[in-house]
Parts: sequence; C-alpha cells; structure tokens
Amino acid sequence: MLYREVGQFRTSYAADQAIFPIRQDRFGMLALLLVAYIAVPLMANEYWLSTIFVPFFVFSLAALGLNILTGYAGQLSLGTGGFMAVGAFTAYKLATAFPGLNIVLVFVAAGIVTALVGLLFGIPSLRIKGFYLAVATLAAQFFLIWLFVKVAWFQNYSPSGVITAPPRAVFGHFFVTGPEALPAYKYWFTLTFAAVLALAAKNMVRGATGRKWMAIRDMDIAAEIIGIRPLSTKLLAFAVSSFYIGIAGALWAFIYTASVEALAFDIDRSFQILFMIIIGGLGSILGSFLGAAFIILLPIFLNNLPDQLGLHVGVALVTNLQDIIYGALIVSFLIAEPNGLAALWRIGKEKLRLWPFPH
Amino acid sequence: MHILYAILIGPFVTMAREPAFLIEVLIGGLLAGVMYSLVALGFVLIYKASGVFNYAQGTMVLFAALTFVGMLEAGLPVLLSLVAVIAVMIVLAFAVERMVLRPLVNQSEIILFMSTLGISYFLVGLGQILWGGDVHPLDIGIPSGPLTVHGILINQLDLYAAIVAGTLVAALALFFQKTRVGRALRAVADDHQAAMSVGIPLKQIWVFIWAIAGLVALAAGIMWGASLGVQFSLELVALKALPVLILGGFTSIPGAIVGGLIVGATEKLGEVFWGPVIGSGVEDWFAYILALIFLLFRPQGLFGERIIQRV
Amino acid sequence: MHSNGGVLLKVEGIALAFGGVKALADVSFDIRKGEVRAIIGPNGAGKSSMLNVINGFYRPHAGSITYKGRTVRHMRPHQAAKAGIARTFQNIALFKGMTTLDNIMTGRLLKMRGNFLLDALYVGPARREETAHRAVVEQIIDFLEIQAIRKVPVGRLPYGLQKRVELGRALAAEPDLLLLDEPMAGMNFEEKEDMSRFILDVNEEFGTTIALIEHDMGVVMDISSRIVVLDYGRKIADGTPDEVRRDQAVIDAYLGVAHDGGKGA
Repeated sequence: MLYREVGQFRTSYAADQAIFPIRQDRFGMLALLLVAYIAVPLMANEYWLSTIFVPFFVFSLAALGLNILTGYAGQLSLGTGGFMAVGAFTAYKLATAFPGLNIVLVFVAAGIVTALVGLLFGIPSLRIKGFYLAVATLAAQFFLIWLFVKVAWFQNYSPSGVITAPPRAVFGHFFVTGPEALPAYKYWFTLTFAAVLALAAKNMVRGATGRKWMAIRDMDIAAEIIGIRPLSTKLLAFAVSSFYIGIAGALWAFIYTASVEALAFDIDRSFQILFMIIIGGLGSILGSFLGAAFIILLPIFLNNLPDQLGLHVGVALVTNLQDIIYGALIVSFLIAEPNGLAALWRIGKEKLRLWPFPH
Repeated sequence: MHILYAILIGPFVTMAREPAFLIEVLIGGLLAGVMYSLVALGFVLIYKASGVFNYAQGTMVLFAALTFVGMLEAGLPVLLSLVAVIAVMIVLAFAVERMVLRPLVNQSEIILFMSTLGISYFLVGLGQILWGGDVHPLDIGIPSGPLTVHGILINQLDLYAAIVAGTLVAALALFFQKTRVGRALRAVADDHQAAMSVGIPLKQIWVFIWAIAGLVALAAGIMWGASLGVQFSLELVALKALPVLILGGFTSIPGAIVGGLIVGATEKLGEVFWGPVIGSGVEDWFAYILALIFLLFRPQGLFGERIIQRV
Repeated sequence: MHSNGGVLLKVEGIALAFGGVKALADVSFDIRKGEVRAIIGPNGAGKSSMLNVINGFYRPHAGSITYKGRTVRHMRPHQAAKAGIARTFQNIALFKGMTTLDNIMTGRLLKMRGNFLLDALYVGPARREETAHRAVVEQIIDFLEIQAIRKVPVGRLPYGLQKRVELGRALAAEPDLLLLDEPMAGMNFEEKEDMSRFILDVNEEFGTTIALIEHDMGVVMDISSRIVVLDYGRKIADGTPDEVRRDQAVIDAYLGVAHDGGKGA
C-alpha cells in the first residue's frame, strides 16, 4: 500500500482536524492497535511481556508527562523521579488503606494527588524561568525522595523501606498485581493506560489547551498579550504532566516491579525520562514512545552484544559502557537532529509521500 | 501544637542555650560553604563565557578526583599526578569545545544544557571504566583531627579546604575583574557577536574557561575526596552549587561567593538543629527549598538587577 | 476611514521611565472610534513604549488611560486583550514552533469556552467549538491570502509573510482597537502596498479602530486619519496629515535640529 494522500480531499474543517487526516495513517493506527492487543500477547513470551513491553508502556507514560511540561509548555523539569514516587506511594497508601477500592480508581487517584503536588511545585514558575526553574524542580526531586525514605508512615512502617503491591484484580478475577497476576493481564492493563492517556494527550496538544502551552513555550510575553494567563497555563501543564507521571509511578511500583523503594525514583530516573524525550523528540507524542523504546532497548542490546560477539565482559563494565554510550548518543543526537527520532520519522514519511519522485 | 513548637521554636531555644555549639556549627557550615562557592564559581564562569548551564560541573569534580586518585594508586608521585590531571582537564576542555560546543553553536540554551547532561554521563562512565567504581580513600597529608580554638572545635581538614578554596575564589574573582584576559571574558559574556567583531577569539576563550572550570573541579574534588573519600556521591555534593546559583544568580561572582556561604551555613544549621526533629538527611534538600522560597520573594537573586523586558 | 467622532481611548499625562531614562513624559492624546491613528517620531521617541503602556505591558509612573469610558492607571496585558485590544510587534512576536493555522487560532483563545478535559476527550462541545473557530480563522486566512502556508511552522516563513500571520493572529481576536507596531518595517514596495491595503480593508470592512507606528511617511500620510508625533518622549504635534506635514516642530525633529540650544545633532 503506498503512502499517498492523492485523491483524499478533506471537505470539512472537522475532517481536516481529525486526529489522523490521512487514510493510511488511520489504517496504520488500527493495525498497530490490533497487533498490540492481540498479536503481541499471543506471540511474545513472558520475558518480553514483563521486562520489555510493560516497562515500555510505563516509561512512555512518564515520558509523555514530561513532554507535556517540557516539550509542549517549555518548562524544564528535573523532578520527574520525585513525582513518580508520589504516584507510587499514594497508590500504595490508598490500596492498603481501602482494600475494596478498584485498582483503576486507585491509580487515577494517585495521578490526581501527584497533579496537586505538581501544582504546588509549579507555583515558582510564575516568578522564575528556564534554568532557575529547573533547579527549583530539583528541590521537589530531593525533598520528595527524602520524605518517602524518612517518613515510615508512607511505607506502612516497613522496616526495609520497600513497598510491595497488594494483590488486586480487574473485572473481578483478572489479577494484575500480586503473585497470581499473569504477565498478559499486566500487559493489557498497562497498554490500556498508555493508549487511553496517549489519545487524551494528543487531543489536548492539538486543541486549544496545547496551543496555550506552546504559545507560552515559544514566547511567553506575546502569549500574555494575546490574553493567555501565564500562571494558570503553566500550572495546568504542571498538573497534567504530573498526573501522567504519577500514574506512571504507580504502574511502575505495582505492575512492573511489584515492590519498590523510594530510591528507585532518584534523580537518575529523572534524567532517564528526560533523555527519552530528547532522543524521542521534544513536543511530540510519538516521540515519547520512540524515546522510551530506545532507552529500554539500548541496555538490552548492549548487554547481549558481547555475548553475540563471543566476548566475555563484566557486568560493571557494561554498565559503565552504557553511561558512555548514553552520553555520546545524547550529544550526537543534539548535534545531528535536535528534534529527535520523531523528526526522523516525519522526514521519512514526507519522503515516502513523494516517492519515487524526489524533488 | 507540640510538633509546631518542635519545628518552629524548639531549635532556636537550643541555639540560645548553647551559643558555643551554635558558633561551632556555623563555622563548620561556613567552611563547607566556601567549597560550594568554589564549585558555583566554576558554573558561573562557564555560564558567563559560553551561555552554557554546565550540569557536568559536578561530574567534572568526580572525574578529576577519580583521575587523581587513580594515578596516585598507580604509584605516581603526588606532584606528577597533579600535573597529569591538570593536563587531562585541559584536554577535556579542548574536547568539549571541539566536539560539543562548536557543533552546537547558536543552539538554544536548553539544547546546550542537555548536551552537558551527555558530557556528564560520558565522564561518569569513562571515569569508572578507567579507575573503578569503588570508594577510593585519598590522603593528601592534611591532619584531619579537630582543632580547638577558645573551646570551639574546628575540623582541620575543613579549615584547610576552605583556605585553599577561598584563595582560589579570590584569585579567580581578581583575575576576572582586573586582567586583560578577564576583560575579554567579560566582553564575551556580554555579547558573543560583538566580542568576536572586536577580535576576541571565542573558541580559545571557551577552551580556556572550560579548562579553568576543570581546575576548579579538581581542587574541589581533591578537598572533598580527602574528607569523604573519592566516590560517586561527590557528584551530588557538587550539585549543591546549584541552589547556590539560584541564590546568587547565574552570572554574579559575588553572588556565587555569598550564596555558597549562606547555603553552607544554613544547611548545617538545618541538619544539626532541625534534623533531630524532622529526620536526618535534611542536608539533601535544605538548600534547594531555601533557594526556592528565597526566589519567590526575590526572583532576580541576591545581586541580580531587575530585568526590564522589551518587546 | 469613517471616524464617527466618539472617543475610544484617551491617554492623559502618561509618564514612563526606565531607571533614570525617561521614555515618556506627560503624553496625552485620544483615539476616536473607527479612525486610523498614526504615531510617528524619530528613533527612540517612545512610540513602542506608548503602545506597551496602552496594552498594559508597561505600567506608567503617572497618567491615566480611559478606554471605552473606563479610566484606569494600568491594565494588565490579559485584561487589555479581554477588553478588545490586540497588537502586533516591531520584532515579530509569533510562536515560531507552531503552524500559521495554530498561530492564528491562538488569537481565538479568549473566545473559546472549553477546558482541558473537554479537549482531552475531544467530544461534543470541544469538537464543535474547534470547528466553529476554525471557520472564522479560515476567513482571516483567505482575507490575508495566506492559504498556501496554512500548515507551515511560522519559523520557516519569510519575514513579510510572518508579518502577515501576526496581523492575522491579532485580527482573530476581533479587536475593537488594533495596535500595529511598524507593520511595514523591512518590506519592499509591493509588500508595503499589500499591507496598506489589508490595514485599510480591516478598518473599512470590520470597522476596527487602528493605531499604528510607521516610519514610511508616504504610507502614514496616505492611510491615517490623524497623526500624533512624539520626540524624546514628548508629544510635539497632533493633527491631520496636512497639519502635521506643515508643523515646524515636526520638521525640526525630523531634520535633526538640536534640542539643547544649538550644539548640533
């Protein structure tokens, strides 16, 4: 099937405003969803489902959240890990305090609480901008992690500081957390969160909300002069972003790792998510997914590469090599394509549209 | 009510009851603060000269200290190791200019900042591959016992570190204000294009300033390494220079100095007097929250001027 | 140019200083409904500062602004926007990462009632509202003849087109008062002709009151109903193009006669 839009005329503004105006994209998305929901769980083994796909969706959600704040609204944040921790520990407290509460509601509530915390730490964005704000978000990062480590109430007084997800099921008996949970259920559960929230994010950024965010990002003074309230717009970005990140944190703690300590959300986690959106593409929904996939697959690739080549390399060396390769990749990406993988994808599509007639 | 008393009033009562102890804590904090000032100065110099918010400054501290310790452990004499590390930091400055700054010239500040995150990861990986990831003890022959002056205990190592750092800070501040090279640097900081048009070689300036920042990092790395051991956490300690920067402003040398002292003193006070009430490890975040609250009231920092926005 | 006489905006005794530098001193003038009012003067005369005071970006140190009968010292920029004041900028202030269409759509934001939750769902009201505003924006795009660049990020557009998109964004707000800061700066003759035509069409077709700063005297004399002349932050003349053309103070200011008693300029 050729990627052409010749002959597809959009005859109404509504059609032109559709999420995928080009027919091939619509079919592509439908096929992708079918593959994701049916083919993958049928074909992939447990390892792939639990250690690649589930974290992929969790990371994608966190990257989406950060991309809303940094990529769309232009507010650089280094506090992603801290906000993920808020989501994780809120979900834990809620799930253990109200055992009867539906797990989906627990996660949504965790997202809402994280959004409120994000609002609080977003308040300085009225007065400070750019790197000053980035450093201010570090305050959130360090303070929140300290809080969850030191205040034993958050961990229900667990002596190790580790929280373990209680077993919970959706639709009565499909366990998504706890020892009886099946990898396929976990997979469908996280996939659904990622798909629904990605759709919502796409709708927001292509609508009035997204235009406000981007206006603030591109030129805050001009935005104010056309009537956009800078504070409420930025705070909304902080809240929505934190909602996504909080849910990602809850999914991480409950579905992906099943038990977790606050230090899993330290500053390195923040940077990891930031790298995803740099490599994937700032201000791109698709880029959040591509970046997450890249950052998850890279270490797996690097871990397996020496074996494939018949070399025996220590674990420590591989970890350090990863750091070096991350670092070098980030710099090279910024030099070669500051707009990330998403831009490469778009350029590829444009080329395909004209193929075989280069201009 | 009880908890409010413990947080809002109790610590001050303790301070008033034991003034000698308070002074002891304050002095310890100020001495630590001089080190923060030094690292913050490294940030400020790079930000002024190249507009880069150099997140890798903290990693440079770790990398320099690791390299120094590595050479000592390999059996090199102290002086030779020192010269060798200085050479390494200068090579690093050249590499950064050639491979990162030059290709990214005219990119937005956020892109440049992210590139320094890349540099940071690269250096962490490289340092540990070369010298291993364990904690390396570092003994540079400074006596480490406490010194008693009028009944007040002062850590000798902290004292020496503060003296070295203070000297470096003063030397850099003077250099920047008084010399011809310093003037050129300030011109670059004001306006890159204009500086280039009057014949100031921008690229050499960048290499120079990154080399200076490397040396600052080395000094800080050695001093901190001597007291804490050379290890990963040095990077996080060096990051404390960030709240110093928001207190003092990214472009102000006096701001970096005073901000460093304030952060050093207050976080020590926070740890010693509030730590028992709200939990230890307050040092991890105290400076950040302090800087944040400060910014709400004075967004331009300690010494910054009010910015007039134009459209 | 059908000024019907009613005063839309009146500034009185406006003073503004940056540090010790006086940008405006005791400036008073009015803008009548439906007219094209020009503000002219040499570089540094305080023209842009005056626009910034009117739309609330600068807070004057003295004086008052009466807009639609209400007198205030200062309006916040978003209040001014809400009250129907839109503007363009000397150094184009577009949102560079967004397309032409999205830029102009931002001009409709004040008229949109949705919220982020409706946006996220993109159901019912959000979809209808988006489509309705899109239709208005498309009329502006047609009017300004920029259909071909609808989906191009404005950062990639040439200067003249960017100026046009910026005018489009201001028009999208359906303002009562449109402030234009050097709308024709850096344009060639044809582009200026086009822009003049757009400005006059806006004034005549929509009845929008316009205040503009412009350096090209030919254009100013052609399209404006009345002109206020600033020099060194003071008003030195105010009147119809013919009156201003003959005013000795204006001629002196433009020919650079010294202000401080003959030391020369």
